[in-house]
Amino acid sequence: MKKPNQKRLFFACGIALSTMLFASCTPVKEYQKGKINDSEMVLSNRKIEKTELSFQSYREGASGANSGKSGGGCGCN
Amino acid sequence: MKRIFISGFALLAFFQLKAQNVSKDTTNYETRKLKVEEVNLVSSYYTQNGDNSAVTGGIGSEHLTDIANTIDVKLVKYGQTGIRHTFDIEAGIDHYTSASSDMIDLSANSSASSSDIRFYPSLSYLRENIDKGRSFGAGVSSSSEFDYQSFGANLSFSQKTKDRNGEFTAKFQTFIDQLKLIAPIELRPYGQEGYGTADRNTFVGTLSYSQIINKELQIMLVGDVISQNGYLSLPFHRVYFTDGSVHQEKMPDTRLKIPLGIRASYFLGDNIILRAYYRYYSDDWGIKSHTADLETPVKLTQAFSLSPFYRYYTQSGTKYFKPYREHTSADEYYTSNYDLSKFNSGFFGMGMKFTPPEGVFGVKHWNTLELRYGHYTRTTNMVSDIVSLNIKFR
Repeated sequence: MKKPNQKRLFFACGIALSTMLFASCTPVKEYQKGKINDSEMVLSNRKIEKTELSFQSYREGASGANSGKSGGGCGCN
Repeated sequence: MKRIFISGFALLAFFQLKAQNVSKDTTNYETRKLKVEEVNLVSSYYTQNGDNSAVTGGIGSEHLTDIANTIDVKLVKYGQTGIRHTFDIEAGIDHYTSASSDMIDLSANSSASSSDIRFYPSLSYLRENIDKGRSFGAGVSSSSEFDYQSFGANLSFSQKTKDRNGEFTAKFQTFIDQLKLIAPIELRPYGQEGYGTADRNTFVGTLSYSQIINKELQIMLVGDVISQNGYLSLPFHRVYFTDGSVHQEKMPDTRLKIPLGIRASYFLGDNIILRAYYRYYSDDWGIKSHTADLETPVKLTQAFSLSPFYRYYTQSGTKYFKPYREHTSADEYYTSNYDLSKFNSGFFGMGMKFTPPEGVFGVKHWNTLELRYGHYTRTTNMVSDIVSLNIKFR
């Protein structure tokens, strides 16, 4: 029996999960954003992670999609 | 570690004086005057060890230390129509020592290349129309070290949704770089003086969308398209062929990278936060990778939190990689850089954050003291440790 294509299955799961998440959105008013606005909830890297991101981009082949270095501006590959 | 604290506290003493002049109210919508909103001082000490240095063809010490210090000053001004202008001025300086770079000259034990300093200032501007939920940004940056010069520029645009629960962002960045062609000493032409140079250009397009799902959960989808061209090898990387001959690393002069990521932050109960990140990456050098990261800040008191974290990374190697003395003259491109080989890695550690309402150690404008340690292990037997300190004034 032919094996299911893992990559397609993976992306299908990702799309299904994203659709479910967006479909379950509940409007949140400004005064209800106490937890969302907490500094630990931020959807980006923090200042203290700057050097970590830098060394990861040097020591690993992948980079980008994380607000860090994406391959330019340093003597790394 | 000692150096981090000395440099951190020297900067702290300086900015404590400056911070006394910072206005008490930085959120007043009516304010017109340009004010310092936030000052961040970040210091890090990084050390690594391994035995697969690319400078010596995939064998030899990878020992390296790096001390990094950055200062970031954020200034805010409100225009007459409620437009918020943010200026961010940042400067960083790294001092690193590298056992492998020292081996560009094989006979040297401590050559000119054994250590270097990198200086990287940047300036960015953001114009936010708060009523319309729209913002435009622009920035410039540079990075200078002995063998590498880089100039960067970026433009960005963001638009919030009508209900302010979603935000779309588009960003474009470019880096125009120039590197010195420092060859391993035995491969330099006899009598050569000075070094030639080569160009490397990087163009990055980023699209992201963030959405508040409910009062406790928000997510973000982000994707980059990164195109590079020019000299993408490193000239001092050696590659030994099966016949024992030595060559400079040779890689294609173009590279296309596509990383796609998703982030989620979830407030679990009243004191625990789950921060998750996943990235899939693919490029035309044959590298595919998965990155998964989970951090769980736990608020032990109103002022103190602990954040254990774990990051797992796996990549397939580039098709151009082979270990020491495995390449042949039939290979068009070749590298023995283990950073581009097949491996898995784990990174774990702990962060602690101290944000007392009355200021750290009673210093009113000293808003945050944060310390973070991480240990990194790679299946190619490379290990590293990093400790970072962040001092924030508001």
